[in-house]
Amino acid sequence: MRANRSLEIGTGLFVLLGFAALLFLSMQLPANGLKFFLSKPVGYEVTAQFDNIGDLKVGAPVRMAGVRIGQVTRIDFDTNTERAKVWLRINPRFDKIPMDSSASIDTEGLLGGQYIAISPGAMPTYLTNGSQILETQSALVLENLINKFFATEANHSPGSKGGAEKESKQ
Amino acid sequence: MSAAARAGVLEVVRKTGETGVFFVRVLAACIPALSRPRLIIEQIYNAGARSLIIIMLSGLFTGMVLGLQFYDVLNRFGATEALGTAVALALLKELGPVLTALLFAGRAGTALTSEIGLMRATDQLTAMDVMAVDPMRHVVAPRFLGGLIAVPLLTAVFTVIGLFGAQLIGVQFLGVDHGIFWSQAQSAVALKDVTEGVVKSVVFGAVLSLIAVNEGYHSEPTAEGIGRATTRTVVASSVMTLLLDYVLTAVFL
Amino acid sequence: MSQDGHESGGVNLPADSVGGVPADTVIEARDVRYAIDGRPIFAGLDLTVRRGLITAVMGPSGTGKTTLLRLITGEICADQGRVAVFGRDMATLRTRELYATRRRMGVLFQNGALLTDLTVYENVAFPVREHTDLPEPLIRKLVLTKLEAVGLRGAAELMPAELSGGMARRVALARAIVTDPEILIYDEPFVGLDPISLGVILRLVKQMNDALKITSVVVSHDVHEIATIADYSYLLSGGKVVGAGTPAELARSESPTVRQFMTGGAEGPVRFHYPAADYATELLGVER
Repeated sequence: MRANRSLEIGTGLFVLLGFAALLFLSMQLPANGLKFFLSKPVGYEVTAQFDNIGDLKVGAPVRMAGVRIGQVTRIDFDTNTERAKVWLRINPRFDKIPMDSSASIDTEGLLGGQYIAISPGAMPTYLTNGSQILETQSALVLENLINKFFATEANHSPGSKGGAEKESKQ
Repeated sequence: MSAAARAGVLEVVRKTGETGVFFVRVLAACIPALSRPRLIIEQIYNAGARSLIIIMLSGLFTGMVLGLQFYDVLNRFGATEALGTAVALALLKELGPVLTALLFAGRAGTALTSEIGLMRATDQLTAMDVMAVDPMRHVVAPRFLGGLIAVPLLTAVFTVIGLFGAQLIGVQFLGVDHGIFWSQAQSAVALKDVTEGVVKSVVFGAVLSLIAVNEGYHSEPTAEGIGRATTRTVVASSVMTLLLDYVLTAVFL
Repeated sequence: MSQDGHESGGVNLPADSVGGVPADTVIEARDVRYAIDGRPIFAGLDLTVRRGLITAVMGPSGTGKTTLLRLITGEICADQGRVAVFGRDMATLRTRELYATRRRMGVLFQNGALLTDLTVYENVAFPVREHTDLPEPLIRKLVLTKLEAVGLRGAAELMPAELSGGMARRVALARAIVTDPEILIYDEPFVGLDPISLGVILRLVKQMNDALKITSVVVSHDVHEIATIADYSYLLSGGKVVGAGTPAELARSESPTVRQFMTGGAEGPVRFHYPAADYATELLGVER
């Protein structure tokens, strides 16, 4: 009987441990799972609205001066303003980003993934959870860029490249 | 085709058929075997609880190595924040199920084969049969079910311990932010990835347990025969694990 | 099974002919033919076991004595002919009926075939637990009675690995009789035993038969031991019955094959291994 008891206890421990691990994997780990533990996402969340987000994806990095400070957590379309609304989660270490900073969607390299670059402003108040970055610049859409480039080249207009780029950045 | 080659091909076909028939018999025996839960509990203990230490140790070190390696690679792209993502996906989808399966084959699969082989060699299976106790129901099915239940649980333990091993290296030693490590892991892992890992581990559990009991049941009833059957279990289990891993990955992607 | 079964086909003595089937027949084999990998083991075997008697099946190794057991228990089916137990052809039974028939038989395997992960007590209790829902006190009583009968009540809590060969066989005997079978089949019960254990087993076989009225089939090549207890003996060779009768009748037989086997056994009593009997067979083959 003693041997049976220890066998039952051993099996019970193993099964409980296994199910706890399964539960952890299925509930805690996935982004869309229920969270009981590891639940608090770190950092604070701010929003920004863009005319065109191009190819931006959830999970894309948020950089400041090239340093990664957070990531895109959600993208939606705001029906009131008819613009794209992007939620950015910023690492809590970077809690002194001026309120009037601007966000732009840039591309890593010529054809790389897109990311959000924050250029700091000068106000003494800082972005906190729920703040909105008001000043934004849309993504450079490569096709538009090329079309404009060829259009200006056809007109033999010098300095057309810079012009095209400026025009697209509305 | 020479006669020898023909005989060889025929033997492979026969062996496949034998395993197939055996599989059906095992499945058929599983239902009545449920009426003796104690036998299944014993086998979960043998296959699972007794493999737990080796699984946890292996999981820990696998996770630690992944932490080091991924950190090194990601560091070259200045993306060490992605360590959590890389480790979580690698463990969940591939290394957890596959390494657990290979360890299970070596630890529990061989034990199953030699145990059943020894029962065959000492007439215990025949004795049961003659006592009107079906050895499929009493010996084989509980062992199959025990393995089937143990492998997914072992895989989950392996994966979780691996994650914490990677966290230990990445966060404690290499300085990745704790919150970023986990939030990165969470943001990248979808429920589908967890499902992939679980499905793989269930399939591996079924296939490896089947191979182990099949080899044991059909082993030659001598010491040498049991030894050969044990070796075949390891070889067949390893090959099938990697082959099925490819197939399942292709299905899921 | 050994590889020395190349019995020359020349052994062609008239098989034992039992006229009609007596009413008290429990096991009956008629013109049984069976081959393994094309090598014939039985080529027209006829054999009858009658209720309440000890029937010995003797023969040199490789004559398919163990195969005969497997035919009787329905583990394998004859290629041709009929093996009937309790009047039912084992080959035609469905699994459920087969198991029902097997519950009326007990088999004592050569080395006991005890379940190594259970204690002696649990081994004996095993068939009871599997087939009945008796309460624990009753099982306990039953098991201890049977263990007492084989003189091993004191060993109840030992594991099979701690038993000697003779003790293991006695435990197996207790297990075989715990369900009160009508037929008890012994596969080489005397092989590998020291003289004392052998005597004990021999007495037990006789006792079981006398006290419990169990029909016994003893497969053995220990001619002398078996002659002391058997009521009727069959001598197998070349896949057929080459001699049959009471031990005394066999001893008086004129048949050279029977004589060779009987005297061969007398010259060198077989204790542990097959070779002695094989040697005799081989010599026989060369001479002819």
